[in-house]
This record gives sequence, structure tokens and C-alpha cells, in this order.
Amino acid sequence: MVENGIGASVRRKEDNRFLIGKGNYTDDINVAGQSYACFVRSPHAHATINSIDTTAASASLGVIAVFTGDELAADGIGPLICGVTVTSDDGEPHRAPLHPALAQGKVNYVGDHVAVVIAETYAQARDAAEKVDVDYGLLAAVTDTGSAADEGQPQIHEVAPNNMCFNWPFGDKDAVETAFAAAHKISRLELVNNRMVTNPMEPRAALGDYNEGTEEITLYLTTQNPHVHRLVLSAFNQLAPEHKLRIVGPDVGGGFGAKIFVYAEELVVGWACRKVKRPVKWTSDRTEAFLSDAHGRDHVATAEMALDENGKFLAMRVMTQANLGAYLSTFSTMVPSYLYAFLLAGQYTTPLIYSEVKAVFTNTAPVDACRGAGRPEATYLLERLVDVAAADMGLDPGEIRRRNFIPLDAFPYQTPVVQCYDSGDYETALDKALLLANYAGFSARAAEAKGRGKLRGIGLSSYVEACGIAPSAAVGQLGAGVGLWESAQVRFNPTGNVQVFTGTHSHGQGHETTFAQLVTEQLGVPFENIEVIHGDTAKTQFGMGTYGSRSLAVGGVAIAKACEKLIAKGKKIAAHALEAAEGDIEFGNGNFSVAGTDKAMNIAEVAFNAYVPHSYPEGLEPGFDENAFFDPLNFSFPAGTHVCEVEVDPETGVVEIVKYSAVDDFGKLVNPMIVEGQVHGGVVHGIGQALLEGCRYDSEGQLITASYMDYAMPRADNVPSFDVDYAPTNPPHNPLGVKGCGEAGAIAAPPAVINAIVNALGVKHIDMPATPENVWRAAQAAA
Amino acid sequence: MPTVTMNVNGNSVSAEVESRTLLVQFLRESLRLTGTHIGCDTSQCGACVVHVDGKSIKSCTMLAVMADGCDVATIEGLASEGKMHSMQQAFMDNHGLQCGFCTPGMVMSALDIVKRNGHKLDEATVRKELEGNICRCTGYHNIVKSIQAGAKAMGD
Repeated sequence: MVENGIGASVRRKEDNRFLIGKGNYTDDINVAGQSYACFVRSPHAHATINSIDTTAASASLGVIAVFTGDELAADGIGPLICGVTVTSDDGEPHRAPLHPALAQGKVNYVGDHVAVVIAETYAQARDAAEKVDVDYGLLAAVTDTGSAADEGQPQIHEVAPNNMCFNWPFGDKDAVETAFAAAHKISRLELVNNRMVTNPMEPRAALGDYNEGTEEITLYLTTQNPHVHRLVLSAFNQLAPEHKLRIVGPDVGGGFGAKIFVYAEELVVGWACRKVKRPVKWTSDRTEAFLSDAHGRDHVATAEMALDENGKFLAMRVMTQANLGAYLSTFSTMVPSYLYAFLLAGQYTTPLIYSEVKAVFTNTAPVDACRGAGRPEATYLLERLVDVAAADMGLDPGEIRRRNFIPLDAFPYQTPVVQCYDSGDYETALDKALLLANYAGFSARAAEAKGRGKLRGIGLSSYVEACGIAPSAAVGQLGAGVGLWESAQVRFNPTGNVQVFTGTHSHGQGHETTFAQLVTEQLGVPFENIEVIHGDTAKTQFGMGTYGSRSLAVGGVAIAKACEKLIAKGKKIAAHALEAAEGDIEFGNGNFSVAGTDKAMNIAEVAFNAYVPHSYPEGLEPGFDENAFFDPLNFSFPAGTHVCEVEVDPETGVVEIVKYSAVDDFGKLVNPMIVEGQVHGGVVHGIGQALLEGCRYDSEGQLITASYMDYAMPRADNVPSFDVDYAPTNPPHNPLGVKGCGEAGAIAAPPAVINAIVNALGVKHIDMPATPENVWRAAQAAA
Repeated sequence: MPTVTMNVNGNSVSAEVESRTLLVQFLRESLRLTGTHIGCDTSQCGACVVHVDGKSIKSCTMLAVMADGCDVATIEGLASEGKMHSMQQAFMDNHGLQCGFCTPGMVMSALDIVKRNGHKLDEATVRKELEGNICRCTGYHNIVKSIQAGAKAMGD
């Protein structure tokens, strides 16, 4: 193994700065002459704006400017857009209401942006924001996902009758109905996928700095994708031409999807810094984050499985209503559609699947991708339904899964819902997970727990997800406005050290380390001589950013391709220097050598020759600096089985997770330490959804979980330590043999946890979050 | 505006502040010690934990004027002569951080946990003691390991 290369648990390069307090997050950045923005937000879920009086605010101490939607519209800025089209069952594109960055005549959720105050200090801006006098005309609100499209509900947008964004059917409805009619048994389940607030620990922030001399706006942002931000802000929001707009996403304190999107505050700050000719900074407080970050999940669904007498799945039918909030966030439409329905086959050979997704508007914050994005919703529904089917058939949950797994020799496997799975060995993962969890010993443990008055339960979740997002042609056909390739540039400096520029963005994933490992493996350059650079459109080539567990599976391959180009060029340079034929040059361990001789030169010497080309191959360009783009041929399909074991106290309803075992197929692991950390974090995100987290609006549209006092984040004493293992397969279409690992835990965990609780209580179902109150009620009802 | 004087990481500092200025704002904005973070507004998340006169506090819950005359220690003051504190090193060695945002608060809380509970820390104690610090990235598994390892190293 190459030292610090692929497969080594190398300590992270980025840790030093974070540990000594020298991270560089957006709010840590300060620019001379900086002013501060505070947004005036709607306190009402649904209202017309009759008038806005900014007189008192404008006269308030330290105020530089107060802007409303009128000023923004007068400058032709905005509106915000949604970048993915879903075709509704009437053949028309999804209904896309106007989404102004500052309200124009109407507000549609609590926290909606009404005006912005810019002042010398943040405290002054906040004081003045309270003096902006808005006369609202209150309207009735609609917040409930399941009934938002019902007759007689308040109507939010004229362009969206019955609050419908789209109704998207997929699959052969008639064939599914025929299969159901002939089925031995039909298992049925109604379930809710609870709304989550994504909650990266660093709140969103933006700092805009306009340079009058160059007419360039620099916008420091909490972003997962600086170039996507630049493209959308430029091409669709008219902030500035791309070449006059620089986006810097410095250290970003977690994203989990919430920092993909282009938000109103970002556009307004970018525009305002030019308007007031002063740098403008805005930093969200936590309550603003709850109110205005895009939320996640929020489905109600009915799922049915048709089975034959052996417990084989014949067909599945899923009716889903998905809440998109008051407006369409940047990628919102694709989450409950393509990222959801196309995963409904799971690990199984179910030949027929029919899905219908109704996406609705409500007077709540916009809903978009949150760690897993659509795939957790699909997996939760399917893996709960499978357990219900197992109970209906009197089969062990492991056995019914085994009977329906796509077998090892069937890969690549074309599912009935578009996706063609690359590779997988689902039975091995299940076997390993059952062993790791000591599944066989469960009944003894349950009996022992019963003696202590506790109910012990065990639950499985066999998941598959689609990540490594994504083949551009495929997503283009589906209606995405972008391609989803990735870029890299690998640059040797004359002294032999290397800078790697990636179009992905690291906000906790450890790219600076993992990508350096790829390069040290491939080029033989010492790990410490490699620097990975990302997050600044002025430094890196166009790239698509980080989400959908894509950075290694797509971005990593781009780096590898750039390295291949360097090796190819290096062979020409070395051949000339070593006076040999190019075809005789071999490369390995950082050295170009002439086959069968001891003549060799190091890649650093080759780089030096390329920059000081005194004796150099004729016609060859100087320099040792290559870029590459990689557009994947397919998604990648991580999969695995997680096993959760719980103990429920029937007296209090408190659920303790006593053991959690995860066996995943992520393909090849570059840094096992980092991968395991991603599993831990993802699983706890999923446990949070299953046990603790629930975003709640009341019937008037007030967000009643708008702080950490009211919204339960998982804390250290809510979760256990984990047993993690792997059952890797080799995805043939990925040149590095990697799949992606960032979201798997959040996808796999919710059904594993709920299946365990249901098993403990002996009930058919319990909705998430399984709080002590909900569990206690279920236990009482079952007793 | 009142003037506050305090000793921060061994340096005496003095500045005029608005009386409503929080200690965390004073550290971040007046002193540019941006290692201490703000993750919430309700004293829940612990990203802002510092030590005041040797006691762990959430600096978003204390006014700067209340720290007048106090000794304040922040994450920036832990390493000495370019060498990380054993607890910082333990977080690096055990992958106890991902995005790094909660990390300064976690490390400062960890030192307080060791101070009050000693160098041999079992998992349950660490988990219970960490209830005032939220992390969204790590799932806590490696933070717990880091604190146990750091506590042990501090005792060696």
C-alpha cells in the first residue's frame, strides 16, 4: 500500500485549523467598512401586504438603507427559481409561482422576507427592523400536508389551483392493479414521513463586497456549491454577469442539503452591497434558520404490497402527498419525484411498481433536499411495508427480505422504476449484519429484558440508494436545468508540490484529506506536498459542488483523470530527458523509468523540466498542469443492512437504542476512518428523525418548533456507539470503484429504528418521531 | 459606553462595549477571536463554550460587562508553542470532528468534563456531560472516544 494512499485511515489535513480555532467560516470574515443586514420577516403565515412604512426605520440610529421588494423589482433582480421541471399528469409542467426575494404584495409563510434594513451595526439593524411598519391583511392559512389540496382550503397561489404543484404518476397502473387482483395477500400501511429542519450547526450567512473599480461583487456564502450559486444568481436572478461575480464558500459548518439552495437573503445581500456601496453582512440566528432554511421530508403516504403465497413481492402501489412549502426552493421538485419514486424498488425484485405523487403548496417554509433527499422517504416507506408484509405472512423480517432480494448474479439489475443498479451483494450484507447484531441471540435478550419490565425489539432495514449524482444526459431528460458532471485540475508547481482544484465543496466530509490520498496513490507525490483547493469561483474551474454523496464518486474520478493526463504527458517529458522511446517509459511510485533499465526520474523532476523546458520534447506545451471533467455513466448504488435493537420502558415510553449495527456496501474505501465517521453521523441524523425531530406548524401557520428548546436535536446521551462493517462490491462503471457514503445512515436508520420499536411493542405501526409520549400511548393501546 | 477589561488567553484586553454586548460578540467582533462560534440563541448548542475564571460557560449567555476583571480562556489559547493540547490532539487522532463548527465548544467542554470527573471517563459519563453540546456531523461516537482518550492523555 502507498503510504497515506487509498485504504489508509490518514488523519485529516483540515483538522488542525478547526482545532486551534482558526477555521474560516463566513461569519468569521470581516471586510473593512462592513455594514450589517437584518431582515424584516412576516409574522403571519398568509397575508396581503397593504402598505410598508419605512420612515421610522430609516431615521433610526445607524441606518444606512431600508429596502423592500419595490426597490429589488425596480432593479430587475430575481425572482428565485426552481431548477428541475416535473411534468404533471395533465401534460403541463409543474405549477411554479412567482418567488420574489422580498415580498411583492403578499406573504406566504412565517419568516417570509418583507424588507431588509442595513445599518452600521447588527444591533442597530435589528432595532430598526422592528420599526418597519407593515400593514397586513390576514388570510386563512393551510399547513397540513394531507389536506392541503382538499376542496375549500385557502388558496395560496393563483397559478396553482387547489394548492397543487404537480400530480406525477409513474408506472403501469393497470398491470399493478391486475397483479393486486390476483395476489395471495395484500399488505397495506399508511404512514407519515415527518418534516425535519436540516440544522447544520453553522447558521447560514452571506457577506457581499462590491468593488466599484472592477465592478465585481464578491459574495462570501455558506454554500455547498459555489459555482451553482454563481450560475443561478447570474443567469436567473440578474445579480451580475458570471465573470463579475465571485462566490467564496470558505469553511462551511455542515450542509446536509440546506446550503445547496439559492436563498433570498443571499441574493438581497449581493444586490444591496452594490446599492449602498458598502460591504454588507448577514448572519442568520437559529430561529431565522428554523423559519427560513429549506426544510426536509414531510410526506403522507399509503403503501401497498401484493404478495404470493411464498411471500414474494408481486407488485407495489404507493400514493404519496408531499409538502413543498410556500414556494419552490432550488431543487425542490425533484426530491419527492425522481429521488423518491425511482428508489421504490429497494433491494427487491418486485416486478411492478406504481407510484403517484401529489406535491402541494402550504403556508410553510419551502421544502427541499435534506440529507438523503427523497431516498430516506422511499426507504422508510418500503422497509416499513416489508415488515408489515412479513408480519402478515408470518415470516421473519430477515427471511422475507432474503426471499425477495435481487440475487448477486442479476447485476447490473434493471428495476421497473428507471434505475439500473450497478452492483450489490444484498444477502452477504444481511448475513454480516445479522451476525454483527447477534440476531440469533435476540430472543434470549428480549426474555431477559422482560424480566426487568422492559420491552426489547429488533428491527432491520435493507436499503439501497442512488448517489454519485449524476449522469448529465439522464438528469437532463428528467427536466434538470444543469449537468451533473464534476471537474478537477491537478497542478504541479515548479518545485514539485501539487495543488488540486476540485469543483466539489467540503463542509465536513474531509475532501482535503481523501482527495490528497487519491493523488498520492496515483502520482506518488508525498501526502504532505498536496493541497486540495475548493470553494472559490476565482480559484477553481466551474464545478457542480457537493450533495447526493457525489464528491468522491464523481469529483474523485475527475481528479484521477487529470492525474492520468499528467502521467501521459510526463512520459513524453521523461522519454526525452532519459533518451528513450515514449513507449518504453513506465510510471510507478512517483517515478518515470525506462523499462528494463535503472534509468529513472521522479515526477517532481519532470514537473521542473516542464516549467524550465530548456531541453524538452519538440512541439510539447510547457507546464505540468492538467484539468479533467467526469460525467458518470450511471448513478452509484450504495446499499446495506442496518440492525437496530431497542429497549422500551412501557411505563415512560422512553426508547433506548441498546445496539446499532451497520453493514454497508460503499465500494472501495479511500479513508476508512472518514467513511466510518460519515456512517455514524448519518445514522444519528436518521435516529433523530425516528425518535426526536419533528418540525411542527400550528393550524394558523405559526412555527412552534423554532429553537433548540422546542425542536429536539439528537444529543450524545440519546444515541449509542455503533458497530460498523462493510460488504463491498465493485461498481463496474465507476473508474475508482467507489460509491459514496454521506447519506446512507440517514436513509437506513429511520426504518431500522421504527421496525425495532414496532417489534418491541407488538403493534403494526407507530409514526415518527417516536417520542416518549407517542410510544407510551402506543404501548398503552397495545397492552 | 462601559469599558471592560479582562484577561483573555493570558493577554490583558480593554475595550468600550455597548452594555448589551454578549461575551461571545466581544470575543468574536472586538477581539477577532473567531474560534468561538455562535450556533443558536438559546444556550442549547454549546458552540460558544469558553472558560471564565476556570469555569465552563456559554459565552452567548453572559454579557461582556459581566466578565469584567475575569480570566477568559478560549480555544485559541489552548495550544502552546505550536503544539496542540492533548485534548485537541485526541480529537484529531480519533476523528472527533467533521465540519469543525461545534468543535471549539466541544473541546472546551471536554476540558471542563475532565476537570470535574477526572481522567478515567466511562462512555455514559461523557455522553451525559455532553448534553449541552450539539453536533450534527459526527453522531457523537468519535467525540466520546476523543474525550475519553484526551482525558487519559492529560492524566499520563
